[in-house]
Amino acid sequence: MPGVLKELAETVPEYDVLVVDDGSKDATAAVAAAAGAVVARLPFNLGVGGAMRTGFKYACRQGFDRAIQLDADGQHDANEIPRLLAALEGVDLAVGTRFGADSATYEVGATRRSVMRALQLGVRMLSGHRITDTSSGFRAYSRPIIEFFATNYPVEYLGDTVEAILIASYAGFKVAEVPVSMRPRAGGVASTRNLKLLYHVARLVVVMISTVPLRRRRRP
Amino acid sequence: MSARAHLVVLAITIVALVSIIRLVRRRQLRAKYSLLWLSIGSVLIVLGASPRLLDRVSASLGIYYAPATFFLGAIAFLLLIVVHFSWELSRLEERLRIVAEELALLRSGAPPDDARNDAAD
Repeated sequence: MPGVLKELAETVPEYDVLVVDDGSKDATAAVAAAAGAVVARLPFNLGVGGAMRTGFKYACRQGFDRAIQLDADGQHDANEIPRLLAALEGVDLAVGTRFGADSATYEVGATRRSVMRALQLGVRMLSGHRITDTSSGFRAYSRPIIEFFATNYPVEYLGDTVEAILIASYAGFKVAEVPVSMRPRAGGVASTRNLKLLYHVARLVVVMISTVPLRRRRRP
Repeated sequence: MSARAHLVVLAITIVALVSIIRLVRRRQLRAKYSLLWLSIGSVLIVLGASPRLLDRVSASLGIYYAPATFFLGAIAFLLLIVVHFSWELSRLEERLRIVAEELALLRSGAPPDDARNDAAD
């Protein structure tokens, strides 16, 4: 994470940086604060979705027009931020995906790959959006969707990725995919194990089906 | 059901009712939940006190085995309670999450919610 913050400070020094510390016991908050970021420390672990919602609330109250989400483990390249923001024109949610044209460098396991395929298909069927990497956590958000997510962001596990895209498109927001290059993670472990993944995918299927709106709304 | 069985049921019900009321008096049980249990207790008291009531109710429902009527009612009631508790738990978890998020934002030094409109517009 210090590397990520350093990179952000170098490439986009004019941006406000918020680090959400999701109840970690290590020195995350101190390190982030030392690096000059604003730190929101959650009193206990809420999961990615809870951390995300905290981030949206912050962006909402600070009056930000746009927000960028990236992982602290170093796999998202701050140099790609302009590309994400460029894609945000006329769109509410831009998802940076690692299977883009210029990123043949990223390798994922077979199980994860097939799960990602299935999720991609589900999202495509339910939302009409073609997102090749639904689990990507490298995203940019417009002001309207920041306000929407500040109260509506799905808080359960994996909800932060797929569910978020779905409820956004159900609510009439426009979603776009941007191919960006990603690096292997520099630290930490993937928050996904196979059996657990199965449970969460099952939960997600229930959510996907139960949140399908009877009529799709369109935003102007 | 024998007279002795009726007495046993009555005794158990009365003990249960008294302990529920004690919990409410000590404020360890919210009155809204106690109402639920107290009403069940009252039904049990009535059933325990009048020997032929359950038989007659069963007959009118077309159930031949009287205890089955009792179990049917008990299971239906317990299911309702459990669903209600899951609902309540989901609501509490959501509220707890919101409080945690607000706490994190407060500690980060962000302006509180009332400042939101000034900041947004």
